[in-house]
Amino acid sequence: MKRFFKSINVRELLLPLGQLIMFSLGSAVVLSAIVLVLALMLDKTAIGMAVTERFNASLFTYTLINLPQVLIDGLTIGFVYAAVALGYTMVYGVLEFINFAHSEIFAVGAFVGVEILIALETAGVLSRVSLGMAFGILILAIFAGMFAAGALAVTVERVAYRPLRGAPRLVPLISAIGVSFLLQDLIRLVEGLTTGQFNRIFPTFGNFDERLIFGEVGLGATTITMGISIKSIIVIVGAVLMLVGLNYLVNATKVGKAIRAVAQDRPTASLMGIDVNRIISLTFLVGGLLGGAAGVLYALKFTRIDPFVGFFPGLKAFTAAVMGGIGNLTGALLGGIVLGMLETFAGSYMGVFTMGAAGTEYKDIFAFTILILVLIFRPQGLMGENVSQKA
Amino acid sequence: MNKRLFVLLSALIIASMVLTACGGGSGSAAKTIKIATQSPLSGDMSVVGVDIKRGAEMGLEQMGAALTEMGFKVELAPFDDQGNPDTGVANAKQIVSDPAILCVVGHYNSGVQIPSSEEYHNAGLANVSPANTNPKVTTRGYLEVNRIVGRDDVQGVVGADFAFEQGMTSAFVVHDKTAYGQGIAEFFRQEAEAKGMKVLGFEGTEEKANFDALLSPILAANPDVVYFGGMYGQAAILFKQAREKGYMGMFLSDDGFDSSDAAKIGGQALLDGKGTYYSTVSGPASVYPGTAKFITDFKTKYSSDPQPFAAQGYDSAGICLKAIEAAAKAKNGEMPTRGEVAQAIRALKDYPGITGTITFNSIGDPVVAKYFVIKVGSTDPALWPTNPIDQTLDIAPPAP
Repeated sequence: MKRFFKSINVRELLLPLGQLIMFSLGSAVVLSAIVLVLALMLDKTAIGMAVTERFNASLFTYTLINLPQVLIDGLTIGFVYAAVALGYTMVYGVLEFINFAHSEIFAVGAFVGVEILIALETAGVLSRVSLGMAFGILILAIFAGMFAAGALAVTVERVAYRPLRGAPRLVPLISAIGVSFLLQDLIRLVEGLTTGQFNRIFPTFGNFDERLIFGEVGLGATTITMGISIKSIIVIVGAVLMLVGLNYLVNATKVGKAIRAVAQDRPTASLMGIDVNRIISLTFLVGGLLGGAAGVLYALKFTRIDPFVGFFPGLKAFTAAVMGGIGNLTGALLGGIVLGMLETFAGSYMGVFTMGAAGTEYKDIFAFTILILVLIFRPQGLMGENVSQKA
Repeated sequence: MNKRLFVLLSALIIASMVLTACGGGSGSAAKTIKIATQSPLSGDMSVVGVDIKRGAEMGLEQMGAALTEMGFKVELAPFDDQGNPDTGVANAKQIVSDPAILCVVGHYNSGVQIPSSEEYHNAGLANVSPANTNPKVTTRGYLEVNRIVGRDDVQGVVGADFAFEQGMTSAFVVHDKTAYGQGIAEFFRQEAEAKGMKVLGFEGTEEKANFDALLSPILAANPDVVYFGGMYGQAAILFKQAREKGYMGMFLSDDGFDSSDAAKIGGQALLDGKGTYYSTVSGPASVYPGTAKFITDFKTKYSSDPQPFAAQGYDSAGICLKAIEAAAKAKNGEMPTRGEVAQAIRALKDYPGITGTITFNSIGDPVVAKYFVIKVGSTDPALWPTNPIDQTLDIAPPAP
């Protein structure tokens, strides 16, 4: 037992945790500073007046008081994006192609998890479980989603990508898009045939919908309660565990070393006695596991899923991976957190800063504008140095 | 060998052509009349869409006899518009190209009905809408387009008046950016402002899952009432997430919210705080005097309670059949043309439907329509039809 603990590389456990905290704090501080400065600048203009008239408080106070909630929301969705982005970035790392079917693998994970919970609910189990059991069942559903998604990812690689290994790079990309559509319609078909409708609702059980209240702050005539819902905490904790675990796997284990070797130079790795096909399958498995778990967590947080549920999170996670530097694990974490934060900040404050002219619906403009700027001035992504190692 | 195969194939082709010709001949003798339905049969809104189709199906079964006696064969041709304008228009093109279709019972979503009915209008094909409430459905003044329910420029006003009567002084309005949702939200806002309520925000969103960003300004504004113009799939999730973040005011929505799935999604969140209300143009089937038999028949046939608008689907089909019958009688039992059917629908006086007595005005609105404000009373989807009715109003449409 002691030897087991000794064999754990503590540094590799703490480092990604430190990075996560740093990225979260960093993006939080930068974005908060930007909105607060903007709020100060606009306070005395017509925009500030409009806010004062509506809320009986200055624009600066309004911004400040809303900040904690916005940060929590941004962080929650950011971690989900990061977990999905890792799937894109790992596959890109070893195969140099973008697995567009990853968003459907995410959706399949969500569906398997939710269907199990719905089955338990129909059987009457969910309504009379204790709190501990509720968490147990949730974890069971997350694992089920993970394994289904992982198995699917490996199958997709074996069937649709491996036969195209030597082909030009565009070919597996097209294949991936095809698989994406196929899986979407398969979910639709299976759900349509078995349940008659294909939008599913995450059952209500346990205390996941409850909120921990930190306190109340007055804003003009109204008060704002600050708090975090239990499910947001579950999403954040789950995602952090996965991200740390993955980092440990890749950076501190023998298998991880093999993955990195394959990513650097496939022929040489195989000369060193590494079974390249096995490692590639493994990469897909790990990416799928993460994607599936993220899918169930996403369903937990946002309640409703449909066969197209993977599309937007998938697109955003891909964006996050590119923003951070595709092929780079740390970059995917950073990209996911930054994107989630940006989106939530833009959505929450745009309406106020533009006097309601451009509301929440335009939040994606910001995220993608930043993506374009990053690609223009730093085409390799925010942390993309590792890519240049590739032959 | 090849030559023999060729001869054999040609013989087969000729034989099949002769057979098809015969088939066509015998078909026209039976004089088939089809009534098409268009509603979302798959996807988010299928719960309601399927029951519109079922209502029409039952209408055909129970009221098709008069036409059968005249020697016609009456069939239902159901189409799935998926709640999507593109699919609706594509279906509409297919519908107008089938000469046997004389009437369309159709559409759940105004945003789908409006472009699709352009096709019906071009082909002169009659359309009776069981559920579309956007004013534009009828204000284009097409002879072919009729509806048997109320309008959003009244329904939005009913919603705003209700909120005002409940002592609400501020509102935050959200809509789904469709012709229907945005339309009704605008009418709500106008009336609310006219009554002196403070409208703290007006936002459109296509988001289906993550409402976090939208909720920040709502929570900051802390309005007395959050109004959603759109469908239950989005509304119930928005309401649930708002409660989770601690909003305790009232939720108010429109007839798009009227589906038992809303209770399934929203659950306890709909009952907490000041509760959830919705205005609608279609009360639960049980409030209409003539629907007792319809509900029992529906339960026997489909073993489930009818969703909102099922009874309207039944009545729409009934109006189609009645008009076709009248038009056919006027031609001594000949097959009527589409134009004659459309005119016959507009000419119907006091049609005794199960949801009320229906007469159309010059643009196809019913001369008096019913509006309801209903409170969500239970988290159990099975109890949705028993939601308590807060207000019932009979209002005539604005003058055309």
